Amino acid sequence: MPDTLLEVRSLDAFYGDFQALFGVSLEVAAGEVVAVIGANGAGKSTLLNSIAGLVHARGDAILLAGEPVGGVPAYGMAARGVALVPEGRRLFPSLTVEENLLIGGQLGRPGPWNLPRVYDLFPVLAQRRHAPSPSLSGGQQQMVAIGRALMSNPKLLLCDEISLGLAPIVVRDIYGRLPTILSEGLSLVIVEQDIVQALAAANRVYCLQEGRVVLTGTAGSLTREAISAAYFGV
Amino acid sequence: MEWANIILQGVLVGGLYAMFAAGLSLIFGVMRLVNIAHGDLIVLAAYLALVVTETLGINPLASLAFVVPAMALIGYALQRGLLNQTLGDDLLPPLLVTFGLSVIIQNGLLELFTADSRRLQAGGIEVDSIQLGTGLAVGTLPLIQFALAVAVIAGLQWLFYRTALGRAFRATSDDQAMAQLVGLDNRRVFALAMALSLAVVAIAGVLLAIRTNFDPAIGPARLIFGFEAVIMGGLGSMWGTLAGGVILGVAQAIGAQIDPGWQVLAGHIAFLVVLAVRPQGLFPKVQG
Amino acid sequence: MTAFQVEHATRSSRIGLAVFAVLLVVLAAAPWWGGRQDLRLLAEIYCFVALASLWNLLAGYAGLVSVGQQAYVGLGAYMLFAATMLMGVHPLLAIPLAGVVGAIVALPVAGLIFRLRGHYFAIGTWVVAEVFRLLASQVSVLGGGSGISLPVGIVTAMAPSRQMREFLIYWLALAIVVLVLGAIVLLLRSRYGLALTAIRDNEIAARSNGVDVARTKLIVYVLTAFGTAMVGALIFLQKLRVSPATAFDVNDWTAYVIFITVIGGIGRVEGPIIGTIVFFLLRQTLADLGSLYLLMLGVVAIAVMLKAPKGIWGYVADRFGWQLFPLERRLNIKAEAPRGTA
Repeated sequence: MPDTLLEVRSLDAFYGDFQALFGVSLEVAAGEVVAVIGANGAGKSTLLNSIAGLVHARGDAILLAGEPVGGVPAYGMAARGVALVPEGRRLFPSLTVEENLLIGGQLGRPGPWNLPRVYDLFPVLAQRRHAPSPSLSGGQQQMVAIGRALMSNPKLLLCDEISLGLAPIVVRDIYGRLPTILSEGLSLVIVEQDIVQALAAANRVYCLQEGRVVLTGTAGSLTREAISAAYFGV
Repeated sequence: MEWANIILQGVLVGGLYAMFAAGLSLIFGVMRLVNIAHGDLIVLAAYLALVVTETLGINPLASLAFVVPAMALIGYALQRGLLNQTLGDDLLPPLLVTFGLSVIIQNGLLELFTADSRRLQAGGIEVDSIQLGTGLAVGTLPLIQFALAVAVIAGLQWLFYRTALGRAFRATSDDQAMAQLVGLDNRRVFALAMALSLAVVAIAGVLLAIRTNFDPAIGPARLIFGFEAVIMGGLGSMWGTLAGGVILGVAQAIGAQIDPGWQVLAGHIAFLVVLAVRPQGLFPKVQG
Repeated sequence: MTAFQVEHATRSSRIGLAVFAVLLVVLAAAPWWGGRQDLRLLAEIYCFVALASLWNLLAGYAGLVSVGQQAYVGLGAYMLFAATMLMGVHPLLAIPLAGVVGAIVALPVAGLIFRLRGHYFAIGTWVVAEVFRLLASQVSVLGGGSGISLPVGIVTAMAPSRQMREFLIYWLALAIVVLVLGAIVLLLRSRYGLALTAIRDNEIAARSNGVDVARTKLIVYVLTAFGTAMVGALIFLQKLRVSPATAFDVNDWTAYVIFITVIGGIGRVEGPIIGTIVFFLLRQTLADLGSLYLLMLGVVAIAVMLKAPKGIWGYVADRFGWQLFPLERRLNIKAEAPRGTA
């Protein structure tokens, strides 16, 4: 296995007294695409939020390139090259399209991604660069959210349900640009409700159920039955 | 012509009120915090200017070069060291802590400087005036104050909408968690916002010190004037804040003309009327 | 069919109430065991407990943080002087009358300032207090800016001897604080109290559960104004002199009250009582420090707010589960045997 970029070891996650993740373990190699699937409430977003530093984690529960980063706050994780495209896009409503992209790059991390390249990837954004971000369609907003994350030149890109609320043709369009995004050696973790899309895009898959990993394997090796069983717990 | 002069005076003093308000409005916009010690910090800046001008023997306007950076530093330290700890969902802690701060500053100044009234001499411009056509004269100092107020507000607008720092302010104000995800350390952003606010407070304080007599107890009234200007102008709009300040200044000027004891009261009444009739202010941008 | 009962008392609250009852008897008898100074001090303590309890109800329970309650203290004071001097009302009657006026005035005031939220609401209350103060200094028949003293005739009308008058004022103060505390406890035990606690915890959730938040807040604001104005009337009846500066003083009637409540414990009925005791202990020991005293009070309040935001009583109550007043709510479910086919 090539270099492990991200290692999650027995991660527990809590929201106050409520435990959302129970001993979750996961690995992502450099340049790999890993999908995390599961029903609503399985803990997929919590997992991404923990990796991104929004939810507190035990120091050694998350390792980035071998360095323990559990407990590092979100802005610290961003500085270390972890970028999250959050569920629901969460663009900054007071900022224009271009300003949202610019603020994504405000850390000034070196790398191939900059404003012209993002506009190359999503040309429609260039046409609407000065529009207030809430005025864009759902698909365009998703592009801005991805572009904003790319502007920080991350090593690890986390995508939380980027297909949510979008028409299938738009989802296919966005996923169609993944190869370009991956061409620079980025690692990708995608959380998806759309299992077909997830399996098509990913090298390996983890399935979560009620906060636990119940199934894992390469995308090709998992059968329909196994996935259904793991997904629904029947 | 008498009334025209009075209204003009009101407009010009409105610039000063707008400056009281600008710092307040900035902080509320970025971190939803109302600093009850705001007025007392204006007075603190005035006393700082007093110390600087007396020690260095320079003109009060020149003292801005010292007072502005000093207050900015105080703002950064205050936010980082104290006020950041109070921020959260509960509104009681920041309100009570800044209230406590207000009491501390007032009484600290009282201990250091006594309750004596002070004033800074600016070498004559306080009494200079410029003739504007028949019968209309405007004081040089009020004119400078107003020009400075416009410059400060224009500067803040530029900063908020044309710079990276302004983007950081707006983003943090929109969504704190998402701002962290793009690498913004909230604690630093808030501290910078407070530093900026107190820089504006510094300018307002120095101008106040030249314009009127000041003592440790006048802080709360400045807070109230700033607050009234913000509410009348409309939350979230810098130019609205200028408009609010002007309205307050004019209301007070008219009140003073009717009866000197009515000056401040007239301003309060104007505020209450706007609150009753158009509570969102005249040029609102955000819902408070 | 299950029947249920809501119980309020706990062991500590039974003990607390018993202690309270004994204390009440002792304090009521104070004119016989205490001297003049003691009576004045105790009356002052009662007034601050009442003011702080009322502020606590407003801020700690209804979430309405006011830094302008001095508006009603002053209003109550001026109403007392106006009623006795200008309308010939007996001083003892003027006190509840002042309370009623306070409640009536609170209605339009609430109509205005309830348009503001959170921090801006707080400053709005301050503006209202300033307006009241400025208006009071315009009323020349009550002394204008320099204030006025209560005429001897009205003072003597209260009771024949000076000693009797002092006893009377003392008992009035005791009666008022008992009334205020009793009213607060009863309110909190009622369904309004439940609504208040819900509002305090989560306003949106409370609203979605059918709590009429706006009306509840208005009721609490008006009741607090009523109580505050009465206390204000009593305080200045004792002082025998009123002026805009003293009647509407932010330090005396807001700063001290807030500090007392914060240090004692916000959001608990016992908090203001504990806070007042601490405050007066500090004052007796640090009396001569003037502005330094206020400064230190500010530092202590900030420290408490940051390190122990629930105050002294909050810490104690959480640690030991105590309560002095029966305010807890526990469900006592009695299940009956089901009828019909068994």
